[in-house]
Amino acid sequence: MGLDLSSDFDGNRIQAIVDEHINLEGPLLPILHAVQEDLGCIPQEALPVIANKLNLSRAEVHGVMSFYHDFREQPAGRHVVKICRAEACQSMGSDAIAEHAKSRFKIGFGDTAPDGSVTLEAVYCLGLCACAPAAMVDGKVIGRVDEARIDAISSEVRS
Amino acid sequence: MTVTIYIPGDSGAVALGADDVAQAIVGEAQKRGADIKLVRNGSRGLYWLEPMLEVATDGGRIAYGPVSVGDVSALFDAEFLSGGAHALSLGNPEDIPFLKNQTRLTFARCGIVDPVSLEDYEAHDGLKGLRNAVSMAASDIVQTVTDSGLRGRGGAGFPTGIKWKTVLDEAGPQKYIVCNADEGDSGTFADRMIMEGDPFVLIEGMAIAGLATAATKGYIYLRSEYPDAIRIMNAAIGIAREKGVLGASVLGSGKAFDIEVRVGAGAYVCGEETSLLNSLEGKRGVVRAKPPLPAHKGFLGRPTVINNVISLASVPVILDKGADYYRDFGMGRSRGTIPIQIAGNVKHGGLYETAFGLTLGEIVDEIGGGTATGREVKAVQVGGPLGAYFPRSKFDTPFGYEEFDGEGGLIGHAGVVVFDDTADMLGMARFAMEFCAVESCGKCTPCRIGAVRGVETVDRIARGDTSAIPLLTDLCDTMKDGSLCALGGFTPYPVMSALTHFPDDFHANAKEAAE
Repeated sequence: MGLDLSSDFDGNRIQAIVDEHINLEGPLLPILHAVQEDLGCIPQEALPVIANKLNLSRAEVHGVMSFYHDFREQPAGRHVVKICRAEACQSMGSDAIAEHAKSRFKIGFGDTAPDGSVTLEAVYCLGLCACAPAAMVDGKVIGRVDEARIDAISSEVRS
Repeated sequence: MTVTIYIPGDSGAVALGADDVAQAIVGEAQKRGADIKLVRNGSRGLYWLEPMLEVATDGGRIAYGPVSVGDVSALFDAEFLSGGAHALSLGNPEDIPFLKNQTRLTFARCGIVDPVSLEDYEAHDGLKGLRNAVSMAASDIVQTVTDSGLRGRGGAGFPTGIKWKTVLDEAGPQKYIVCNADEGDSGTFADRMIMEGDPFVLIEGMAIAGLATAATKGYIYLRSEYPDAIRIMNAAIGIAREKGVLGASVLGSGKAFDIEVRVGAGAYVCGEETSLLNSLEGKRGVVRAKPPLPAHKGFLGRPTVINNVISLASVPVILDKGADYYRDFGMGRSRGTIPIQIAGNVKHGGLYETAFGLTLGEIVDEIGGGTATGREVKAVQVGGPLGAYFPRSKFDTPFGYEEFDGEGGLIGHAGVVVFDDTADMLGMARFAMEFCAVESCGKCTPCRIGAVRGVETVDRIARGDTSAIPLLTDLCDTMKDGSLCALGGFTPYPVMSALTHFPDDFHANAKEAAE
């Protein structure tokens, strides 16, 4: 499944982002973050542009990008729901919350709904361990999540 | 007269509705024509009372909590702006036993000051340590930190002063201070709290480290899961630069030091220092073999101090009040204070800074108040995902590096996660292996392959094949002794402690299988 971005992929935009960060010491992660912030993902077409500018091979850039959980090759859904699956949240029943979310959103962790409304992701600790279970919806933190809250989030992201 | 109201902007408080409460308070104040000033402070760390707002009255600060939007109108009716009585009133927050019994050195200002006000920071003893450091020789700063007994708060417990001395003794045109703010351990949030609640103390600590080692550039490697900490830290760095705390001449000393925040990208292993350095350089976060130590060849191959947030944030008070003052707290080789993070299934969850030496039982039962669900405490995991599960029989273990090590555990970043009697310890052992498999950087075989085999082996045991238990033990020995870093090397701690202390959970299906 290819990205539609290929037809109107703007290499100049990537160049500009790279230029903006090229003087940093160790610029690659800031560049990848900035590209994803700008385009919503890091399309494969961006890699040779970045690689060329940094005097790296395309494989090296791909290797870095694919190492980190944050970077995505395909755009996420319109909303991103992250549910903490780590120990402190498990102690407060996050496994059941996670199952409930899967069935409400009708997708698994790491998946995006076919209508593009929502992406469901696992996260390992949001630092909200004293108000577990925790979740994050579009960058906004939520503590003491229960099934009713998942239902409310579900209706919000689908509307 | 303008009344100052403090509502935490700490993400733990925000996760419980602090933003909505703040908005409601401002709206209601406008409606009633009340003259208020809103400060988004850090959290005091009493999370079961968050959102906890505080009003500055003539008689001192009065706290109310946990406040929901629905309470706001009634609080105004009760004249909370002058500290009026209300069911949610907690009185002077510093008289709440959870807070009153703490020894707050590193977290002295957290929850009290406006995190992005340098004036407020200075009014509460901020910058005193750095001012002292500016007039000291680098070697004297290092000696003070060494004498204080401060050890790495990230988990390894290495003496901070020794690390600094190694970097000071290294020649080189460019040295670095790298702050490890990749706080990925479940059950820990002290780094997040300090960065959101008192970012200047970290800046001050890093600047002192810079002066002590002749490093002029600092990086804070901050995990992407903490967007609020990233925002507040960047804002504070901007102010510090503007006011001459950072820059070409730190507090007019003629010595340069500046800081840049770098955002991680969701890899747990980057909390390991060499993996972090690779990530900072723009590489895959793969662990490096040691030696060379980062102090000799760290970021970009140059001498680098790499310290945890809390280690660095504890330095200003040491330089302000002296090595003896800090060292006099604690016990044995664990000197000073430790911010214990009480989390998970616990009634009173939050941050509790105290001298080393409390027993685990005191922390869990007395301070934490037992489980949130009201059930029996079954296990306590201390030190994050790589820490051991402690049963009640080990609750007399005093909180200290050597003491926990002696009991087959570790204090790690001082996170304490409580589980009630519904916890399935075989499931937790499986999760530890699964997490290691997902997060392994892949460099060494015991971790990369061992974790995958670990999950399979735990699954065999779960199916009733108890003959796989010696195999799991053997695998854990291999991972412990053969892994390159703490991820593969310490994953056996939760696994083996679960197996040793909760054998029933590993034999639950054994009989059925035998029949």
